Amino acid sequence: MNKTVNQKAWLLVLPVFLFVAFNAIIPLMTVVNYSVQETFGNNIFSWSGVQWFQEVLQSERFRASLGRQIAFTATILVIEIPLGLAIALAMPRKGPWVSVCLVLMALPLLIPWNVVGSMWNVFALPEIGLMGRGLNALGFDFNYTRQPGDAWFTIVLMDVWHWTSLVVLLCYAGLVAIPNDYYQAAKIDGASAWAVFRFIQLPKLKRVLTIAILLRFMDSFMIYTEVQVLTGGGPGSSTTFLSIDLFKVALGQFDLGPAGAMSIVYFLIILLLSWVFYTLMMRNEAK
Amino acid sequence: MARILIDQLRHAYVQNPQRPEDYALKEMSLELADGGAYALLGPSGCGKTTLLNLISGLLHPTEGRILFDNTDVGQLTPEQRNIAQVFQFPVVYDTMTVYDNLAFPLKNRGVAQGEIDKRVREIADMLDLTQTLHKRASGLTADGKQKISLGRGLVRSDVNVIMFDEPLTVIDPHLKWVLRSKLKELHTRIRRTMIYVTHDQTEALTFADRVVVMNLGEVVQVGTPVELFERPAHTFVGHFIGSPGMNALPCALENGRPTFLGNTVPVASGIEVPHDGKLEIGIRPEFIRFNGAGTPLGDAGASIPVEVTKVADAGRFRIVETRAKEHRIRLLVPEGDPIPSGAAQLKFDPKHTHLYRDGWLVG
Repeated sequence: MNKTVNQKAWLLVLPVFLFVAFNAIIPLMTVVNYSVQETFGNNIFSWSGVQWFQEVLQSERFRASLGRQIAFTATILVIEIPLGLAIALAMPRKGPWVSVCLVLMALPLLIPWNVVGSMWNVFALPEIGLMGRGLNALGFDFNYTRQPGDAWFTIVLMDVWHWTSLVVLLCYAGLVAIPNDYYQAAKIDGASAWAVFRFIQLPKLKRVLTIAILLRFMDSFMIYTEVQVLTGGGPGSSTTFLSIDLFKVALGQFDLGPAGAMSIVYFLIILLLSWVFYTLMMRNEAK
Repeated sequence: MARILIDQLRHAYVQNPQRPEDYALKEMSLELADGGAYALLGPSGCGKTTLLNLISGLLHPTEGRILFDNTDVGQLTPEQRNIAQVFQFPVVYDTMTVYDNLAFPLKNRGVAQGEIDKRVREIADMLDLTQTLHKRASGLTADGKQKISLGRGLVRSDVNVIMFDEPLTVIDPHLKWVLRSKLKELHTRIRRTMIYVTHDQTEALTFADRVVVMNLGEVVQVGTPVELFERPAHTFVGHFIGSPGMNALPCALENGRPTFLGNTVPVASGIEVPHDGKLEIGIRPEFIRFNGAGTPLGDAGASIPVEVTKVADAGRFRIVETRAKEHRIRLLVPEGDPIPSGAAQLKFDPKHTHLYRDGWLVG
């Protein structure tokens, strides 16, 4: 096979390349720059090698944030994926209710993240919030500004409210795409509702679920705005996830070196975990 | 196993059908004998899949009854009717092996393990699937998957009828005839009632003992392939079956006898010729020849002067297109026989010349 080599094509890619460079590559390189230098005032820098990386990886504080982050992401995945799938299965496939359901489902996704945080902040306040007051009236001692457990509960509930819709919409699209012949054949074969789910719907939804898990993993691992607005990482540091911790280090303490190193470690963790997820879930496909 | 009786069946997809156009399936009555091989043949949109789904129970009829051995099954589910169906696109359970796919309908019905194993192996052997029995079904080619679909129907020893909804649509051409002859072989072996829906006349005529030809939601003719060929009940059947289709020529009556452009055309049976409606003469290209060629037809047949306009070679014979005034008449001439150029005379075989009124065969 002879491939035509045409270097002029690079010219066409150049505008996009420049655009990506300015909004992604250059900022990333700046971070790399910070992560290997000691920063003084008046733009004085000195080489510090891998010192910041060693510091970050050995720091208790980083490990604790990472632990909380993993716990949070695992929790919301365990809740949102099955819940989203269940709602998608329960949604009507035709008739006027389809659009009603779809709009209802899309609503939370349309709300800006800081608004979501503010909404839940007020909603869950023990003195004036509907949920906070309601729970207290029911006899629960609920105060998310003081009790770490309650803060976690509120954040997880908020994330489930905000993002389960995404899983629902993806799964619904996947379900609608299954040809009717499969259901008819299953009916004729005498398959139970469970067998239809297990042997038709689930296998056909595999790709869609892979995408849903991947998206929810990446987004929840980078969650910042909602939590910042709702709890600011507190009470104490009980809801200080990686991104919030990073923000404190970089813009609270202005430790640019450690913050740069932390960003890169954070980025590599997401990249690595996404790759592992994807490979694991696609491995069966190849068989 | 069952004899299927369709009694004054009508079906509409709209709620509260009022006008005749609302019905996708116009009133029909049919009887399908136990163990027969039937084909539902017709162009796309003629209602054949609707009829199939009504028989299988995926649809419930608006009016009329469907009887399996004198039991009305109109409101029963496909499972209760105990039928099997093979769809246009192969349906296999991707995550299961071929073996588990075939065993699935039996497992769902709580059949004993030993019996399942016996049946699955027997059916796999019939369908040449034994080699791939423990492979994942998703890895098979389209024809392999379609065999699995078929196998899931055959594996149940008590199915009343097996239906095929254009099962060869997605199969490669060179494998079509393999599967087609496999189906025929299976039918003679197991003698189960089979109904095969298709718009391909070759598939219908090779598979079925009796073909149900449908058009515009109506049954036009039910007959053996030979009957459809020799005595089409409607000009539609004449056009739709045969390659090229039947010639339909407008005719007039002179002294009570059908004539075409002033030439008297003797027709098959000595029936009384009707005096109203639109009359047409129907004759297949196979039964026309040039005057003087082949066995003489004597004075019995009509003799029509024509102009030869086009000759197409189709292998063992040639399709000759001629014109008589503005009317096109096509005939088949065997390989090697001479074809006159320019003006010629055509002879119609009176035994195979039919008269149609408003499209329907007279007599």
